[in-house]
Formats: sequence, structure tokens, C-alpha cells
Amino acid sequence: MKYMFIMRATEEAVQASKDIPFEQIINQMGAYNESMINAGVMLGGEGLADLSEGSGLVVDFSEDPPLVTDGPYGETHELFNGFWIVQVGSREEAAEWASRAPLGPGSKLEVRRVTEASDFADFADNEYIQKEELWRQEEENLNAGNK
Amino acid sequence: MDQAAVPGRLDALWRIEGARIVAALARVTGDVGLAEDAAQDAVAEALAAWSRTGIPRNPGAWITAVAKRRAIDRWRRTELLQDRYQELARGAQDEAAPEWNPLPDDVLRLLFTACHPVLSTEAQVALTLRVVGSLRTDEIARLFLVPAATVQQRIVRARKTLAAARVPFEPPEPNEWTPRLRGVLHVIYLMFTEGYAATSGESWTRPDLAAEALRIGRILAGLVPRVPEAHALVALMEFSASRFAARTGPGGAPVLLADQDRTRWDRAQIERGRERLARADALSKELGRARGSYALQAAIAQCHATAVRADATDWPRIVLLYEALGRLSPGPVVELNRAVAVSMATGPEAALAVVNRLADEGALRGSHLLPSVRAELLARLGRTGEARAEFSAAAALARNLREREVLERRAAGL
Repeated sequence: MKYMFIMRATEEAVQASKDIPFEQIINQMGAYNESMINAGVMLGGEGLADLSEGSGLVVDFSEDPPLVTDGPYGETHELFNGFWIVQVGSREEAAEWASRAPLGPGSKLEVRRVTEASDFADFADNEYIQKEELWRQEEENLNAGNK
Repeated sequence: MDQAAVPGRLDALWRIEGARIVAALARVTGDVGLAEDAAQDAVAEALAAWSRTGIPRNPGAWITAVAKRRAIDRWRRTELLQDRYQELARGAQDEAAPEWNPLPDDVLRLLFTACHPVLSTEAQVALTLRVVGSLRTDEIARLFLVPAATVQQRIVRARKTLAAARVPFEPPEPNEWTPRLRGVLHVIYLMFTEGYAATSGESWTRPDLAAEALRIGRILAGLVPRVPEAHALVALMEFSASRFAARTGPGGAPVLLADQDRTRWDRAQIERGRERLARADALSKELGRARGSYALQAAIAQCHATAVRADATDWPRIVLLYEALGRLSPGPVVELNRAVAVSMATGPEAALAVVNRLADEGALRGSHLLPSVRAELLARLGRTGEARAEFSAAAALARNLREREVLERRAAGL
């Protein structure tokens, strides 16, 4: 099963982290990522750019058409700063890996399971799944090399 | 500490640290079986102790320290009179490790030992999942749909074989390195293919088994980052696994490549495969080597993974890749696959000639693969009666229930 670790931090924590030499942060994050890569569990992850760079937008769907703004970041208490995606054997294993992230006070990791095909098993009458069934019946090519 | 949380936490820790703990112990004891038993003793002890005292700051080091003591106890009980063991025991005691930081090379040695050629393939697979994948016996049993006792037996026998052959816990000799590494890659590959298209049973795929193989493959590639074939194997597994969601239809029936809904392929996984293969190719180039067999297979898988529709597949390129693969590792399965590619690139007539030659040679006797391909080709040539007979023959030989059903339906549908 796959999990996403969503990194959130308060503005204060982000500010506090600026007192730590950036290279130290890179090294710690690098070591953490490497440990998960070498354990074969890390599938991906990215950091998100600092908002002060004007790098973010919000698309609000309460309006029609959706309203694009520079974002109501002032109201956000915990900023979404980055994520990892890992593939692990259990919820506990996800928690264990998440706990090892080199983060400090004011930071939080939200650990969320990523949905899989089996989560949609109840939708067997979905048109895409039905289409597949039809194809299978009409199927004309049993291909040993490419099963 | 919430007591109820200890077993789950311990399981998670074991999955993360297990291989390194066993590897570190095996380095001290020189005996993988003993290392594993001692580690299990320590885990049992941890379960009891941590429920009372809470989980220590460095659980991996805690388990290793206790396991070393248990290894010594086990020696004392069984081998008291042997000087050799006593000496090793002293060494183990001296080596009180305040810092828990085993070398990754130990895990590599562990992998080489688990895949040692004195062991049967079944034993290699079971032992690798157990000591490198850190899976419990019942978990392995579930992956292979066999009783836990069978897995336990395989592991016990494997350990006895290793002990009897006096297999040292060391990396292979330089002149042995290449074939031994090939053996390790092969074990991981077999593990994956069994998960990808189960040879028997009621389920067509076992994604959990394939996921374990992929995980162990990634671990290996991390341990030998300069070996192109390790990355190529991971690439092959990524490409193949990207199709899992699309490969099984309602009721668990297999959906074949040409019929799969390609929007359900895992694009992120395909991208990971692409990056891995690019890395393998760059390394090969740097080392002045040609693509190996996993790289060629990965390149074929990549052709499929990147074709937007089945009829947009670059079949001529796939034919070329199979030809290269056939030169590198000739065999009837490669030849049969080449025939399929030829049928798509050139037409069924040319492919049938290849398949007939294989049949005349008596290749793949007892397997459903050859008659099923032949049946398809005959059907495409309009030779319906012969095609029906071949489909029936293939169905009778298929050991996987789901595969058999598809073949029977094809025979009936002609």
C-alpha cells in the first residue's frame, strides 16, 4: 500500500528553520530520503517553493467560473511545504518512516493512504470497467509475450 | 506507551530494520540461521519488555544487543566444547555497539548468502523474502498460497544446506562475483514474475508478491549502484507493475495487453521505470558494455508502456529487441515472444513458421504458451478448426485457473 506524507509547518516553524544553515537541512533531508530509497520504499517526493517568491496560486471553485487568486495564505495556519510517497506493508510502517523525518517543533506530517484500484471495486458497472469486459469477450489476441 | 501498539510498532520496525539486524548478527556469528534465530529471540523479548517499559530510543540497537546475547546463549547450549565458537562468542561480547550503524555491505552479503547456488530456487526465494525482505513465515506462505509449515520447512532445510555446505557469510570471490550476482537478480526476477502472472492457483496476479520483489530489487540496486543490470531489472519490474490495475477485469479475469485500458496504467510508475532504464543505459555506456538481458526486456516493456494505443505499438522495434535478446540469452520463450512480435510487425504467416519450428524441436513441451500462440496465429489466418484444437490443447495445459478460462472461451468462441 502507498502512503503520502504531507508536510505541514506553521509560519513560525518555517521562520525558525531559517536560522539553521541550509546545507544542514539539505544533508538531513538527503540522508532521510536515502534511507527510504535504499529500503526500497520511497516512490517519490517533492518540496514546494517558498510562498514569499510569489510562486503560489489558489483556484477557488466556489465561484463559477473558478476564481484564480494569489491565495488567501494569511488565513492558513499550517503551510503545505512538500510531500513524500512511500510504498509500505502496513499503516504502522508508514508511521514509523514518517516519525524518522528530520523535522522540528511546529512541523507536522499528515500520513494519508493513497487510493488503489481495489478501492473502486464497487464501481464494476463503471463504463470504463464495462468497456474492458466487452473487449475481453471480443478479444482476439492471446499474446504469450505480452500478457 | 500504549501497550496495544507495541506489536504493530515492532512489526514495522522489523520490516525496516530486520535485514540489517540479521546481517549484522550474521557478520559476527558467520551463520545466517543462528543470526535469524537469535534475532527472533530478541524480537520476542522486545515484545514483552517494551510492553512494560516503552519502546527504547534506538530500537534497532536494542534488538541487536539482545540478539547477540541470545546468539551466545545458543552457542553455549549447543557447541559448548568447541573452541571456535567460544572465541567467536568473546568477539561478539567485545563488540558492544553503542552506535547502531551496520554497513550496507552486510545486507549485500546476506542477499548473496540467501541466493547461494547450493540452495534450490524455492529455498532461495523463501530465504530471501525471510531474511532480506523481513517477512514472517506466515506472510511468505500467504504470498505463495502454500501452508506456513511448507515455508517453514523450506527455510529450515535451506539453513541446514547452507550449514552443511559451510557457506561462509562473505561476498563471493572476485571471479565468482558476476555469476553470483546474476543468481541474485534471477531470484528477484522469479519472485516478481510469479507475482505478475501466477503459474498456478485461482488468482491471475499477486501484486503483493510483485511489490516485495520490487522492494528487494530496489534495495539491491541501492547496494550495487554501479551495476547496470540491477537498475535494469528494477526498470523492467516498474514497467510491468505499472499495468497491474488494468490487467485484471471484473471477476478476476485476465485482461491482455492489447485490450487493457491504458488510462489505468500507473504513469508515475512508468516514469520511474524510464528513469531507471536511462540510468542503467548510461552506466552501461560508461562501462563500455552492451545492454544486458534485463535492459533489453525493460526496453521492450518500455515500448509497450509508452504506446498510447495498442495499435500504436512500435512492433518492428520490439522485433529487433527480441532478436538482440535471443542472441544474448537464446531460449524457446524468447523465440516465442519474438514470433508474437513478428506476427504484429509482419503478419501471422511469418510468425507461424517460427512457432512451427519451435514445435518441431519439441520446445516448451507441457506448457500452454506455445499452443496458445499457435492458436492465435491460426485463427488470424482463418484456419478455424486447427485454431480451436490448439486453444483446447493450450487450455488443458494451463495451470492457472483464470488463464485456462480465457483459453476455453477462445476455443468455444471460434
